Amino acid sequence: MISAYYYNLLILIGINIILALGLNLITGYTGQLSLGHAAFMSVGGYASGILTVKTGIPFLPALVIGALVAAALGFLVGLPTLRLRGDYLAIATLGFGEILRVTFLNLEITGGPFGLRGLAKETNGLIVFIATVIALVVIWSLINSRVGRAMIAIREDEVAAEAMGINTTRYKVLAFVVGAFFAGIAGGLYAHWFRYLNPASFGFMKSIEILCMVVLGGLGSTTGAVVGAATLTYAPEFLRSFFPVISEYRMLFYGALLVVLMLLRPQGIMGTSEFSPLKVYHWIRSRQGVKTTVGSDS
Amino acid sequence: MLQQLVNGLVLGSIYALIALGYTMVYGVLQLINFAHGEIYMAGAFLGLYLTVSLKLPFPVAFVLAMAGAALIGVTVERIAYRPLRRSPRLAVLISAIGMSIFLQNLSLYLNGPATRGFLPPFKVYPIRIGEIKTSSLEVIILVVAILLMVGLQYLIRRTKIGKAMRATALDKETAALMGINVDRIISYTFAIGSSLGAAAGVLVGMYLNAVDPMMGLMPGLKGFVAAVLGGIGNIPGAMAGGLILGTAEVFGVAFMRSEWRDAIAFAILIVVLLIKPSGILGQNTQEKV
Repeated sequence: MISAYYYNLLILIGINIILALGLNLITGYTGQLSLGHAAFMSVGGYASGILTVKTGIPFLPALVIGALVAAALGFLVGLPTLRLRGDYLAIATLGFGEILRVTFLNLEITGGPFGLRGLAKETNGLIVFIATVIALVVIWSLINSRVGRAMIAIREDEVAAEAMGINTTRYKVLAFVVGAFFAGIAGGLYAHWFRYLNPASFGFMKSIEILCMVVLGGLGSTTGAVVGAATLTYAPEFLRSFFPVISEYRMLFYGALLVVLMLLRPQGIMGTSEFSPLKVYHWIRSRQGVKTTVGSDS
Repeated sequence: MLQQLVNGLVLGSIYALIALGYTMVYGVLQLINFAHGEIYMAGAFLGLYLTVSLKLPFPVAFVLAMAGAALIGVTVERIAYRPLRRSPRLAVLISAIGMSIFLQNLSLYLNGPATRGFLPPFKVYPIRIGEIKTSSLEVIILVVAILLMVGLQYLIRRTKIGKAMRATALDKETAALMGINVDRIISYTFAIGSSLGAAAGVLVGMYLNAVDPMMGLMPGLKGFVAAVLGGIGNIPGAMAGGLILGTAEVFGVAFMRSEWRDAIAFAILIVVLLIKPSGILGQNTQEKV
């Protein structure tokens, strides 16, 4: 068995991967910069948390209902705001996130500034693992379908996509809803792992942290989102034990990382390409001078 | 009512000063300069150190703080935005967010997380006109803000630099063909916008008697809301947007619980974006292929 420390870390990595996958669908594949992803996470967390604490609904149904509430909110928010162009959308999602945070801070049912307490520890490694795999499979099949190609077309050129007959609003809202759903799942898992929710944990900075993961991994790469989430979750822990100074100023490091990444490698670690063992095999073979038929270009 | 209006105008003039920095940069680069809130914070710290630690006379310290912030603004543009002039807009926006986080945490590292007091280095008298209670500090804030805005309007409308700025905002390539050094004009724009933000920072620091590394986050976002409200890229619009937002917020807090304060500005933002995304004074622009 692994130690409790690494168990906790793995669960966090799983939750962050789910978050990054959702945001990657919105920002990476569909090209809509959202600065309010943590808000959907908080909705999922609070909705499922309130359900399990106040109504006694079992954890798994509550988790799904919480995610559906987040998805519904994603629909309600997405429908009007996604008509807005790039940076207006960014600021509208940011504003929405702040409104939601203030709302949770002032509601009675969420515990206000004291947070929601008394949640049971229902989340475990297996559930997080299954949820992560489901998120991966759903998003992977989505982007490799007609829907995904439409989304990528919107990212590349919205006007051209519209001219080709793609209903841009519909696909943008769909990306938003799916992203919000998985953020809601992540929020529910988070809530029932830490057994405590506070509006302050889902502010603008949390949204930025998720964005950092996606950008580091590579906007528009599913494996990139996984790599980015895992790296940025583990990095502070790693730095804490080896370079405590850097870990203390984690956000300073994040800020610099975003700027340097944009300057030197705006496509992130993976770019828009995906990691697959087959490609690596072909790559090695081609380096050895053996001719292969597929995938040798990467 | 009148009392609220006065408070709203004071707050609004501050938002207007911040909004000007956003709107000017957006006008020439079509970029939301997320780091602008941090320039405002840096201005407040510079003002604090120059008056309290170095004991400089206030007007000198005020101008120096503005100059210092202008330098920071120009440096930020050089490092984080200029190399990305030909990159996708998403990349520049993310770089701006990164710069904002970096500056915030750099300040946290240099100044510590504690909130510092910033007492005005001159005597503040309470003023009473009929029912309205105000102070000489509020009057100074209002007067300084108005002077700066009038000065800016003069600069933009009546000087050669202003003309070049307007030309750059209209069409960068044609401006360059007409012999305008676009890079230099962009630097000027950042310098002027940042100095106005720093002026707002110093005034707020004294008004609230508080300066801290995180102080730029909310006013920065609200300054942007004000800029969008008035029509982004539009200078008179930013002034109007700031005043409207400040007044709306003060009245909103008077009628609701003050905990909702931060939500008011963003609710206004979303309503404006949905009804007229180009803002009150902005023009509708159609995206062209």
